[in-house]
Amino acid sequence: MIPFTYARAENAADAVRLGAADGVKYLGGGTNLVDLLRESIERPTTLVDVTGLSSAIEERDAGLLIGAAARNTAVAEHRLVRTRYPVLSRAISSGASAQIRNMATVGGNLLQRTRCPYFYDADGFRCNKRNPGEGCDAVDGSNRTHAILGASSACVAVHPSDLGVALAALDADVHLHGTTGNRTVPLTELHRLPGDRPDVETVLEPGELITAIELPAPPPATRSAYRKVRDRASYAFALVSVAAVLGVEDGRVTAARIALGGVAPKPWRARTAEAALLGGPATEQAFRAAAEAELADAKPLRDNGFKVELAARTITAVLGRLAREQA
Amino acid sequence: MSKPDNTVKDALALGPENWADGEDPLARRRGGRIGAPVSRLDGPLKVRGKAPFAAEFPVEGMAYAALVFSTIAKGRIATLDTAAAEAAPGVVLVMTYRNAPRMRPMQQFDSSEKAGGADTLPIMQDEHVYWNGQPIALVLAETQEQADHAASLVRVTYEPGHAVTSFAEAKANGTDTGDFHGPLHLEIGDAEEALRAAAVSVDVTYRTPPHNHNAIEPHATTLAWHGDELVVHDATQLVTHTAWTLAHIFGVDESQVHVTSPFVGGGFGGKLVAQHQVLGAAAARLAGRPVRIALPREGVYRLIGGRARTEQRVAIGASEEGRFTALIHTGTSATTRHSAWPEPFMLAAHSHYAAETFLLDLQTAYVDMVANGSMRAPGGAVGVYALECTVDEVAAKLGMDPVELRIRNEPATGPTDGRPFSSRHVVEAWRTGAERFGWAGRNPAPGAVRDGEWLVGMGCAAASHPYVRMPGGAARITLTDKGLARVEVAAHDMGMGTETAQTQVAAERLGLEPGQVSFRYGDSALPGLVPAAGSQQSASIGAAVVAAQHALVAELLKLVSDDSPLAGLEADEIGAVNGGLAKLDEPERYESYASILAGAGRDEVSVEASGPPPLEMMNWSMHSFGAMFCEVRVNAVTGETRVSRFLGSIDCGRVLNPKTAGSQLRGGIVMGLGLALMEETQFDERRGRILNASLAEYHVPVHLDVPEIDLIWTDLPDPHAPAGARGIGELGITGAGAAVANAIFNATGKRVRDLPLTPDKLL
Amino acid sequence: MADSADAIRINGTAVEPPGDPRVSLLDLLRERLELHGAKKGCDQGACGACTVLADGERIVSCLALAVQYTGREVVTIEGLTGEDGPHPLQRAFVEHDGFQCGYCTPGQICSAVGMAAELERGVPSYVTDDLAAERIAPGRDEVRERMSGNLCRCGAHNGIVAAITETYGTEAR
Repeated sequence: MIPFTYARAENAADAVRLGAADGVKYLGGGTNLVDLLRESIERPTTLVDVTGLSSAIEERDAGLLIGAAARNTAVAEHRLVRTRYPVLSRAISSGASAQIRNMATVGGNLLQRTRCPYFYDADGFRCNKRNPGEGCDAVDGSNRTHAILGASSACVAVHPSDLGVALAALDADVHLHGTTGNRTVPLTELHRLPGDRPDVETVLEPGELITAIELPAPPPATRSAYRKVRDRASYAFALVSVAAVLGVEDGRVTAARIALGGVAPKPWRARTAEAALLGGPATEQAFRAAAEAELADAKPLRDNGFKVELAARTITAVLGRLAREQA
Repeated sequence: MSKPDNTVKDALALGPENWADGEDPLARRRGGRIGAPVSRLDGPLKVRGKAPFAAEFPVEGMAYAALVFSTIAKGRIATLDTAAAEAAPGVVLVMTYRNAPRMRPMQQFDSSEKAGGADTLPIMQDEHVYWNGQPIALVLAETQEQADHAASLVRVTYEPGHAVTSFAEAKANGTDTGDFHGPLHLEIGDAEEALRAAAVSVDVTYRTPPHNHNAIEPHATTLAWHGDELVVHDATQLVTHTAWTLAHIFGVDESQVHVTSPFVGGGFGGKLVAQHQVLGAAAARLAGRPVRIALPREGVYRLIGGRARTEQRVAIGASEEGRFTALIHTGTSATTRHSAWPEPFMLAAHSHYAAETFLLDLQTAYVDMVANGSMRAPGGAVGVYALECTVDEVAAKLGMDPVELRIRNEPATGPTDGRPFSSRHVVEAWRTGAERFGWAGRNPAPGAVRDGEWLVGMGCAAASHPYVRMPGGAARITLTDKGLARVEVAAHDMGMGTETAQTQVAAERLGLEPGQVSFRYGDSALPGLVPAAGSQQSASIGAAVVAAQHALVAELLKLVSDDSPLAGLEADEIGAVNGGLAKLDEPERYESYASILAGAGRDEVSVEASGPPPLEMMNWSMHSFGAMFCEVRVNAVTGETRVSRFLGSIDCGRVLNPKTAGSQLRGGIVMGLGLALMEETQFDERRGRILNASLAEYHVPVHLDVPEIDLIWTDLPDPHAPAGARGIGELGITGAGAAVANAIFNATGKRVRDLPLTPDKLL
Repeated sequence: MADSADAIRINGTAVEPPGDPRVSLLDLLRERLELHGAKKGCDQGACGACTVLADGERIVSCLALAVQYTGREVVTIEGLTGEDGPHPLQRAFVEHDGFQCGYCTPGQICSAVGMAAELERGVPSYVTDDLAAERIAPGRDEVRERMSGNLCRCGAHNGIVAAITETYGTEAR
């Protein structure tokens, strides 16, 4: 860990004023950043603590506004989240451990870095995220946990967030505050695909800060669920996860929003599958066909081909369960 | 065997002088302290966070160490720039091969009486690199944060040499027959021919990946030189070996190194002498400061080798009735030139089954990696897995119940040596276990039982671990005029419950209440060479305490006054009871310890004695056994496995303390679940570098992976083991993995012969 | 500076935050305050051995920069032991043999205390059937899922869960 100075921001304007300088990183719960500091992967000279910013969770226009400093646990346990957005509560509860969920902020969760082992071992391996242009040791290495969708020859790492996958399925917006003012981007457009610049992971401008997440009202007459498949029963990153919101009426799909985790460099909104489902029959065959359509472009690597079938099966099972609940 | 008129005599008698054919009278004694479910004595300290571990000893003026690890597997350091590190805030010393003191290499554990080393390499003596992760620099600073930061500033370039980092290349380079207390090769009859001629045969290959111990306490040492004397607070499973090894390396006398290790946060075979203790001592000497070197978790993976990769062929030929005509267990384990510690996977073939012919062989293939070492049940953990899965395959092929197949091949004597069993009740363990588990309700057809998305299956496997008592056990007993006893052995309690169980046994042996006995351990100044290895501490301590008690009785008889009821008696006429000594066949001739000492005007009497050579191991086939039963649920959609029920039916001789013994056995079984389902040290074979050097990425079982584990035991004493008890520390992990894998086969019909059984392999 | 908002209250005592902001709460406890109850198992939030309570919530102190915890109330295993003896959960751990080596134990105990409070206020877990439930009973699966952030390599899981369910089994229902 290189030496750094520490400052606490009182509000978003204060944070952005402090954060505009070179070498500044915003600090939320620290659950990923502190680890990356120890590994010398992140090397800021100043940390600006933004945990004092809004953590309020409040209703807005039939939806929900969640302050970026809200702790993951606070979101998962909030009555409106549990009753209206169960997919979000369940996704958060599936992530990390209770201790980490008590520390981690919503904003920080979305900006956590990949757990690709080649990214994490700064001394031992090459990584284009850490050192743009030096090459990627994961592409031809041990890549059982890596991406099958949206990756590039420069980077095959996956985004580790569970929360983000649920937010993607819920059509969440991300409120940003930067030196030039406020703006809002859809969650699905917050993260970039790696292309040839895997080091640039989001659309955030330098110094720009996530201040809140806004959830629209859940689509009427839908059910939602989150399912995470992993190598041990708990406290592991997803091999594949599925967040889904499904509406079924008279045996036909009236609403479908699906997002995948563990398979792509960002929370992966499965719009191809959604389009295939909408208006069609709510049957296992249709669910499977939609999943396969989504995964048609999958590009498995040496060790992660199983994720294609696993994702197809998990999507099918989650949709099937949601459909049965509405039968 | 007790006759009625000998009851009192047996109840008082001392243990045997010679364990070759001697029987410990304590083994069969019931109703005493042995077998009581006593809560562990150090429990109150541990639950308050007050038990001091190695990194928690405060030492005035201490500096903190951080290591820099190599990033190539073989070659030499070309350039080494330490200027920035030396200039960093708080730095006391940067040590590299250029300024490290001259030191001898370690001698490997098991290679000589007191050797405790993990490898035999030069330790920071020159520019050569032998593995990816080797320490190449050590930084000392005033705080850990400063040391870690400065270590990140050391700049190194390398001239890489050709490193053998793939198992395939290592095998292609040629192998040697492994050596583990003798060459690992045995032929009895012509097993290959018997296999060809067998009515039914299975011939398969099982593969197991490397594993790491992952004790939750990372390796740590706090040490200080006082002139040529070295005081070491270490996390170790061998205090005496550690003292000798450090003395040997630094050229001082063994008596000048004092190692304490009162609490160890888990060892599992991983806490021997590795380079960090040596480098810490070297830096302390160079800097003239006490040093704490606490490995970061990544450092534990880089520095401490675990269980080696294996590839095992198991072939069994059987008659139509299921009698084994051939048992072949051969294969290759990866090791390094600088450790040459094979993973002796075929050990279980020496005890599990009768067979007409045997072929056992282990070849070692050499890789350039961190020295692999001993990890809980060397050979047994992965070898029993392969053997017991193969037996399950034979049962499936024969259409026989796997429990009945095992019972049918129950041996009458040691299968490969013909020695009589000291005590073996395997069939009883199978029968009682099957009954309790509800084995009769198992559907033998694979993939036939389904509960929603979940496929349900049951499996079983035998477990075993050899009885071991290493030479060198010794104990000191000090008796005070208050009638209190202190028993001292340079042994270890890493959570096995040594202190608690040995206090119980010693109290029973000395005729005292447990509250009158204190057991001291974890200090190299105490007597004995009693490493926490091979599940042997109970036997080693037990035999040493018996010897010390003989010496104590002899000493006390010298002290008794002429008018003592004991006057004129010989030691072999005497037993211990009720806080004193009594004549065996005239128990009313009694005098208390306190009275004897008072009469002689002594504050205390102290004796020390060594246990006799472990001849019982030569005379008898001695093993702990278990019959493991498992129920799993495998998700038909995702391939995820959940172990829903587990039963261990154990035959380990006498159970000294069912509470702590149960925990040890459960702990082994949990590690076996991990071995079956998730554990793997992942190497990037291109670089020979560990990829998942963290507890986030190396998966060990979490609470949700662990079902309630039921245990039953025969509790039948082994007359040839001290207190009738054989070892249990390593037994649990053997068999557990195979029981899981066999249950998965029953649930799914899938026979995966490549651990771990992660969801992708069961889709 | 006692009781100022710039202090960290640790087991009821005001402590000045470290001058070096790199110092974690765990290292503040262990290396500067000689409070060794919280253990360092991985230093990256993967094992839970360093679990302490911050304002009653369980956190991993290794990933907490100490300077972030000014104005907060931190309780460690040392603070759980009352003047009138051990916490009931500490006694239950001894009785049920909820440990072997004892290294993960303080973290398990602090974690369980935090978990009980979470159950009380209805924080759902990944295995909670009814997300809308006001209170959640500490059944075996709930406890096992919620304690999964605390690794135990000795394999004392059964004893740990037994100690927790015995201690909280009735009151949190």
